[in-house]
Amino acid sequence: MSFTIYVPCDSSAISLGADRIATAIAKEAKKRNIVIKLIRNGSRGLFWLEPLVEVETSKGRIAYGPVRTSDITSLFNANFLEGGEHALSLGLTEELDYLKKQQRLTFARIGKTDPVSLDDYLQNDGYKGLTNALNQSQAEIVTAVTDSGLRGRGGAAFPTGIKWNTVLNTPSEQKYIICNADEGDSGTFSDRMVMEGDPFVLIEGMTIAGIAVGANQGYIYLRVEYPHAHIALNTAIEKANQAGYLGDNIQGSGKAFNLEVRLGAGAYICGEETSLMESLEGKRGLVRFKPPLPAISGLFGKPTVVNNVISLASVPIILDKGGNFYRDFGMGRSRGTLPLQLAGNIKHAGLVELAFGMTLRELLYDFGGGSATGRPIKAVQVGGPLGAYLPESQFDTPLDYEAFSANWTVLGHGGVVAFDDTANMAELARYNMEFCAIESCGKCTPCRIGSTRGYEVIDNIIAGQDLGKNVPLLRDLCNTLLNGSLCALGGMTPYPVLSALNHFPKDFGIDDKPNVA
Amino acid sequence: MTESSTMLITVQNITTALKDKPGALLPILHAVQDALGFVPEASVPVIAKALNLSRAEVHGVISFYHYFRSTQPGKQTIHLCRAESCQAMGGKNLEHHIKNRLGIDFHETTTDGKFSLEPVYCLGNCACSPAMQIGTEIYGRVSPESFDAAINESEELV
Repeated sequence: MSFTIYVPCDSSAISLGADRIATAIAKEAKKRNIVIKLIRNGSRGLFWLEPLVEVETSKGRIAYGPVRTSDITSLFNANFLEGGEHALSLGLTEELDYLKKQQRLTFARIGKTDPVSLDDYLQNDGYKGLTNALNQSQAEIVTAVTDSGLRGRGGAAFPTGIKWNTVLNTPSEQKYIICNADEGDSGTFSDRMVMEGDPFVLIEGMTIAGIAVGANQGYIYLRVEYPHAHIALNTAIEKANQAGYLGDNIQGSGKAFNLEVRLGAGAYICGEETSLMESLEGKRGLVRFKPPLPAISGLFGKPTVVNNVISLASVPIILDKGGNFYRDFGMGRSRGTLPLQLAGNIKHAGLVELAFGMTLRELLYDFGGGSATGRPIKAVQVGGPLGAYLPESQFDTPLDYEAFSANWTVLGHGGVVAFDDTANMAELARYNMEFCAIESCGKCTPCRIGSTRGYEVIDNIIAGQDLGKNVPLLRDLCNTLLNGSLCALGGMTPYPVLSALNHFPKDFGIDDKPNVA
Repeated sequence: MTESSTMLITVQNITTALKDKPGALLPILHAVQDALGFVPEASVPVIAKALNLSRAEVHGVISFYHYFRSTQPGKQTIHLCRAESCQAMGGKNLEHHIKNRLGIDFHETTTDGKFSLEPVYCLGNCACSPAMQIGTEIYGRVSPESFDAAINESEELV
């Protein structure tokens, strides 16, 4: 009798020892003469339980976690291979509350399958979207994506269908699809989880995009900080090529789409689409002026679709089940689901895919379980290093693009970083300016110089120097950055800085002088 | 053959193999750094010539990207995350500990040549903050104690 065991290959699980667990399980099984099939799956995204080991039983998959190497002998003694009781037993994986309450569309397969097994992918609804797309006209595919209401999940929330339509209608011999996999925002890891946990869904999404707009070449611009994703993507691309899902004649349709992974080199700015294209062209990642839009004149001057990983990975299910199916999730103009990432000082950090509309408070407490340290949550930064800090009074904001922007906050890529009451918001604001200075491409003056002046001024404020002069100076500087920068790096760094100043003036030493700010 | 001429042959071979890719410069620089641990200044004219670029253009690209380095790193490079999520979980204390323990600041290498320390802005391990990378190994929920254990372990490997 053979047993099937799952140990995640996700890099967060590995960072907590998953590789050592896998080795130890294999070794112990061998010692006991037990035949096991060890599958390295993606992560379910319940990171406080990682490494999360699952075993296949007649009742379904049973989870154990968090497993340490010292637990392996006792797990075998408890007959965990057949779902035996153990202190680490969590019961049926699918019944775990955190997972059960989610609406996983883009993440439907992640954690269930072997990420680089094409057979697994095909047996779990993989390539159904592409099959449908191959039977549709280009305009029909674009219409399905437009109807779904999908908006760019990288942060800008631009309607994906409109972008595709522009590229479709721009005549050119050569067009490109670029996947922006330069997930640089702190607190975000959903792109990484997709690339490591279900790389074929991204490949399928890009292939559909290529067919839809008439592009035969795609690039995945991947950040160099993601070595595991790099390996998973290259393995999956090779398998897709061999099986005719990529290449010059996709599934006998006569249509071509080739895909290559290109590595970034540690520049945050290259997550900005025009800077990314400069980088792909082999140049310094300087931001370009817009117009022309990349959809008209993008990579090497050709019409180019640039989409985030999650946007592209959401396309297969839209083409499989229809635009209306996807659009039926969500609220207002935010349709479908958003994979939220709970991070920082939070008890149950992880991946939570939900239809738009739940409040931030529900996410933080019903899913997140409050802070990891048990102290009150003081502030939450949503949307990465260019997103505002939300104080407790804003926790009832629904997770919806428009509701967030109405508050002068940013939903962005769905990264949520919690801070407890030991956080000093003035120091965080200083860091935000310093980060902007380190990562500025240098093309526009407000960002290049304003960011350095920004942390210098905050240093003076923290030192208590002449607040009556320096606080208005900081606000004035933020105003210049907001309105005068070429791209979102300079243009949005004021969001965290000013939100920290507005909501937590005490941390800047101005509590008893309300008129100063 | 001298060390530097071996190095130049490596750079030449890499450049010849990759120069016809569209936008070849970054793939070439990655391959050079993978092979040599850094991008030596002497490789700049070789790459520039093959790609029909000026040396200034190649130098400009190398210096733009934080990841590329033009000096020899230590035997192991430690990338420590400085970003918000790690800060929320004691990243600054960890940073102090690491700098004290190694006796170096960011962008420096220990005098015994064993470790280089570089900041990184997010490793995508934010659910397990604070995070760091030693070589290609990623570590989550790093404490001063687990950092010491990790470098003791990798010191044995060095």
